[in-house]
Amino acid sequence: MTPKKTVVYPYIPNSNPAVKAEMLKATGAKSVDEFYAEIPESIRLKRKLNLPEPFLSEAALVRHVEGLLAKNQSAREALSFLGGGCAQHHVPAVCDEINSRSEFLTAYAGEPYEDHGRFQSLFEYESMMAELLNMDVVNVPVYDGYQATGTALRMAGRITGRRIALLPASISPDNLSKIRDYVRPDMQVELVAFDPATGLMDLKALRVQINDQTAAVFIENPSYLGFLETQAAEIGSIAHEKGALFVVGVDPISLGVINPPIEYGGDIVCGDIQSLGIHMNYGGGQAGFIATRDEEKFVMQFPSRLFGIATTCVEGEYGFGDVAYERTSFAVREEGNEWVGTAAGLWGITAGVYLALMGPQGMQEIGRGSMQRARYAMQKMAAIPKVRVQFVDTPHFKEFVVDFNKTGKTVAEINKALHARGIFGGSDLSVEFPALGQSALYCITEVHTQADIDGLVFAIHEVVK
Amino acid sequence: MTSIVRTTIKKHVEPKAVAKKPALRRFHQASWDEPVIFELSVPGQRGILPPEPEAALVQAVGDPADKLPDSLKRKAAPALPEMSQIHVLRHYMRISQETLGVDLNIDIGQGTCTMKYSPKVNDQLARSPKMSELHPLQPVSSVQGILEVMVKFEEILKEISGMDRVTLQPGAGSSAIYANISMIRAYHTARGENEQRNEVITTIFSHPSNAAAAKVAGYKVITLYPDADGYPDIEALKAAVSKHTAALMITNPEDTGVFNPRIEEFVRIVHVAGGLCSYDQANANGLLGITRARDAGFDVCHFNLHKTFSTPHGCGGPAAGACGVTKEMSPFLPTPTVEFDGASYYLDFNRPQSIGKIRPWYGVAPNILKAYAWVMSLGADGLREISEIAVLNNNYLLSKVLEIRGVSMPYTKGKRRIEQVRYSWEQLTNETGVHSEEIGFRAADFGTHYWTSHHPFVVPEPMTLEPTESYSKEDLDEYVTILKHIAEEAYTNPEIIHTAPHNSTVHKIDQESFDDPEAWAVTWRAYRRKVLKNT
Amino acid sequence: MKRIGLIVNPFAGIGGRVGLKGSDGVDTVRRAIELGAVPEALQRATSSLLPLSLIRDSLEVLTYPLEMGETSARDAGFTPKVIDAIRSGATTAEDTQRAARDMCEFDVDLLLFAGGDGTARDICKAVPAQFPCLGIPAGVKIHSAVYATNPRHAGELAMLYLDDKARLREAEVLDLDEDAYRAGRVSTHLYGYLSVPYRRLLTQNQKVPSPASEARQAEAIAEAVIEKMQPDILYILGPGTTTRTLAQKLGLAKTLVGVDVVRDGRLIAQDVTQAQLLALVESMPAKIIVTPIGGQGFLFGRGNQQIGPQVIRKVGRENIIVISTSDKLNALRTQPLLVDTGDDEVDALLAGYFTVITGYHERTVYRVVS
Repeated sequence: MTPKKTVVYPYIPNSNPAVKAEMLKATGAKSVDEFYAEIPESIRLKRKLNLPEPFLSEAALVRHVEGLLAKNQSAREALSFLGGGCAQHHVPAVCDEINSRSEFLTAYAGEPYEDHGRFQSLFEYESMMAELLNMDVVNVPVYDGYQATGTALRMAGRITGRRIALLPASISPDNLSKIRDYVRPDMQVELVAFDPATGLMDLKALRVQINDQTAAVFIENPSYLGFLETQAAEIGSIAHEKGALFVVGVDPISLGVINPPIEYGGDIVCGDIQSLGIHMNYGGGQAGFIATRDEEKFVMQFPSRLFGIATTCVEGEYGFGDVAYERTSFAVREEGNEWVGTAAGLWGITAGVYLALMGPQGMQEIGRGSMQRARYAMQKMAAIPKVRVQFVDTPHFKEFVVDFNKTGKTVAEINKALHARGIFGGSDLSVEFPALGQSALYCITEVHTQADIDGLVFAIHEVVK
Repeated sequence: MTSIVRTTIKKHVEPKAVAKKPALRRFHQASWDEPVIFELSVPGQRGILPPEPEAALVQAVGDPADKLPDSLKRKAAPALPEMSQIHVLRHYMRISQETLGVDLNIDIGQGTCTMKYSPKVNDQLARSPKMSELHPLQPVSSVQGILEVMVKFEEILKEISGMDRVTLQPGAGSSAIYANISMIRAYHTARGENEQRNEVITTIFSHPSNAAAAKVAGYKVITLYPDADGYPDIEALKAAVSKHTAALMITNPEDTGVFNPRIEEFVRIVHVAGGLCSYDQANANGLLGITRARDAGFDVCHFNLHKTFSTPHGCGGPAAGACGVTKEMSPFLPTPTVEFDGASYYLDFNRPQSIGKIRPWYGVAPNILKAYAWVMSLGADGLREISEIAVLNNNYLLSKVLEIRGVSMPYTKGKRRIEQVRYSWEQLTNETGVHSEEIGFRAADFGTHYWTSHHPFVVPEPMTLEPTESYSKEDLDEYVTILKHIAEEAYTNPEIIHTAPHNSTVHKIDQESFDDPEAWAVTWRAYRRKVLKNT
Repeated sequence: MKRIGLIVNPFAGIGGRVGLKGSDGVDTVRRAIELGAVPEALQRATSSLLPLSLIRDSLEVLTYPLEMGETSARDAGFTPKVIDAIRSGATTAEDTQRAARDMCEFDVDLLLFAGGDGTARDICKAVPAQFPCLGIPAGVKIHSAVYATNPRHAGELAMLYLDDKARLREAEVLDLDEDAYRAGRVSTHLYGYLSVPYRRLLTQNQKVPSPASEARQAEAIAEAVIEKMQPDILYILGPGTTTRTLAQKLGLAKTLVGVDVVRDGRLIAQDVTQAQLLALVESMPAKIIVTPIGGQGFLFGRGNQQIGPQVIRKVGRENIIVISTSDKLNALRTQPLLVDTGDDEVDALLAGYFTVITGYHERTVYRVVS
């Protein structure tokens, strides 16, 4: 071993040689090597790790990393219309302020005494989501919306004791891939076709496919492709008629104006909370939620933590803790309630801050505004020669599909040209949904002004003519 | 006119030095008696105003809900709290003060969690809009920076683990463990042996997520208990292995801090039976540059970036996990992988044998960035120092803790532990009636805490301490002083422990309602309905 | 107004300090007193009542006269309601049993008893199934799981239970064969079960499975075993709650402490002796289903001696199915399971590793030593 240069690392207080010696003495060991006595020679690494030279000074490190980041062009530096499960909404400054509070940022798994704040903030997140959803039970966040959906379906499987989940064919293939892999040991997934003109689920097909082995009928509202499933209530009835559960995936930012699923028959609701005050983070800002009614048969199926409120021995004091921590499965053959692990707690707290800032009026305004902007964009797009808007007569929320087939250009070509003009065009659906041909998914949010939309439309007009 | 010169007579005061602080902090946690946020609501208040669409736009579109069926129209606005901005901020600031993050305490009590320092510079870098404002579907040419970070960090983890490829897609540790068993399942399926190989072997001191992930993936789980000396029992393994074995999923060192000296043999036994080996390296903090997954023969391994690699724990996430795999397992990696073709970075979606996606997009990018920056600030020598000091700290702490009356270290007596130790307070409990978790609550009165153990409590009255490299000798000494003090109290004044905590944010919580379906309340609206009866 | 019954066995533990093992039998007691032994049970009962004095005003204590409870209750500051009569200084096991029956008739909310295994055995004989009881440890030998860890805990647990903050679980009542023990041989019997309150730990991360989750696990185990049961094979079911759950799932009533035999889903023999069992296994192929008994985890030799070494030899090691909740295994603190059939050869045959079924899809491979 070549002798190391003696560095006292700022992150390693006891790398100070004098301290190290004192501590060694206290343990009775001559060198640190003795602590590794249990590790056989045969698996000891006999050389130094071959890693890049470090930047020991913070200034050099910052320079290096900023140099790498400089090679990125963020959505703020372009005009972005990308969506598909991750959206560019405005993140209030107070949201960032709170989730950079070191106490929240660096806490983990303490008790509800010294971590009372963590429990309270997550309980409040659950509670505010509950008001959006009109449901009494909401979990501490899981990794992302895909996970939430997979778990919601498995919950439905355990509760009904059945094996089949019916999913809409308009679901994101990535989401489908995750769900298939996740539910595989206990459930099968079947897709129900959608009407190519409206995007809505083909109810005739649903009625044929559903049977007494169906655990759940799942829809997304709004769909991955942006439209609202107007037949939702009817789909729920069909599901219930056959004893299946109705599982609905939603975009929580729509719930200021769109009815929460419980109002049209939803039993388990799931989705992603990224749109609630969390930066896109290149896909690292996702967090999933699951909500149900407050009935034992549902609550006992949650794999995630559920924080509840209680009294303490001091009058007027709130205490918090885990509800039904010893949850076991009622159906003995099911292999336990999946797992509980580190997931997305800080994003839950952030979403709570967001909802508290927005309040009822803010959520109504942003919901209505999204629908107005999307409709405007759809109208303008539809007016471009050779460009069509898919499912144009179905109501949409914030995303919609644009059909470029008649332009003779591929979405890839169009997006390249748009990029040259400083625009991130809608995501390419041609691989995900071959039946839609050269189509793209556009997302409009409150960060877009009318001028932005007009600019997009003009650019597309130029590019496709 | 004579001027009067006043002379003020100063009284001489002996300056008084502040007395030396006592050995035990006179700590009290912030306690704001803060209501639940709904109680702070004042009708009509606004916290933020979203941008309104322009008047011309609004006119052009009419009522956007005109095509919505009644069933989809929300009737009443959601009953969220109505607060002005400063009140939202103040509320959350207060309750943040009522949370004991790593940055505030000697957080060596959360064993297996590796509560090390998360450097602020890395958090700051990740908050740059050039990280936070990237959309995952942006043109690849516009995200070369973050893709480069991902490729470079993969290289780093390849070197640290000895593995041939690494995926950074998992959202956290358990998700990575699941990805590993999912890949193993795909491997056996490709060889037509998935039906036959339906069993996974693990140990009782491995992290419970190994058993859980295996179950979720559809396997029968066989759990091994330690042998008489406290090591994973190799004879039990031999008895458990068969043609039905799909995999061994094992944490090493285990959550007790014991390193299995026969780990290579364990791997060999399973390989001979045709199974694969998955290495849970959540406890890698003591092993960086010392020993590698590949050298022990493992086929897949995983790391927790929020443990060993310093990304902050965030009250339970967001985190990030990484899976290292051998060349043979690479085809099964989740899609996409991040590649470099010599000129630029790109995402490879063309992976026919992949297990598909474990999460949306490519990974928790800001955390990958933080972990990368952390390694780049340390280098090979620095990582080696991290591990050696983590292990030194642990063994130093061990020697001090064992001097405390009533505590013991079960298993492998006289042998060294790696980076953490699971202790037992059994003797103290038998002699005083004070339980381990009560000691943990009393610790909150001195500004810290600890965690007992994962389920199940095989070690009675457990306490699992993991000092990491981030704490100084003084920190460790202070922690021991606290434990020693509480242990003494157990023998002389147990009542104060039974009724603890006294100086924390709240007092003894009434637990009973949490298990009673009639009484539990997961949300404020449930609480108002069931407990307050909507008064 | 809550009501508890208090029974003190004044001779419990009396032999220990003076080197006698156990205190059953009038002769032993007399010997002990001659040797200068002092009854500690009374003091321990008093200690256990102290936590309850917080609710003294709303708690009625029903007890037997003088050293069988009255003294301890008064020392703890209670004014007990004293029933029946005793011959002070000469009380016996019969008195304990009578006291227990009396208090059940008075329908006390909880029956507290101070003693050892022998006392627990007496209570077990006298109270109806599922009657809430709790032991205050005062004996020398305590193998039964019906006792709190110390007198103070007994009082605290009683408090919690009376306040509806603790649930009940079934706990084993074991006892040693007294004479054998004193002669140097250890031979335990499983007498039965009592319903005792259990304490939920206080922490968020507490992991003691509740009786509910244990019951579910037992059901899952039962399903796994039943699924694999074949026709025309005798299944010998050992004692224990886990095997009882299996029988229940088959729709059969199983004796809790006896060995029963099932074939083709029907009970063909109940509470068999060793001889009967041997005759049965000579006649047709058989499998044995056992669960560990007692705090030390005996697989064979404690509580199921009817499954004797000859039976085991005839059935064959490979036809032994071991079932157990993981909770029970974890309580062994990684100590191995034990066998003591009385036959060294059979013991050696059994030693090694057994697959234990711990759930529907869960197994353990556990070490067994003789």
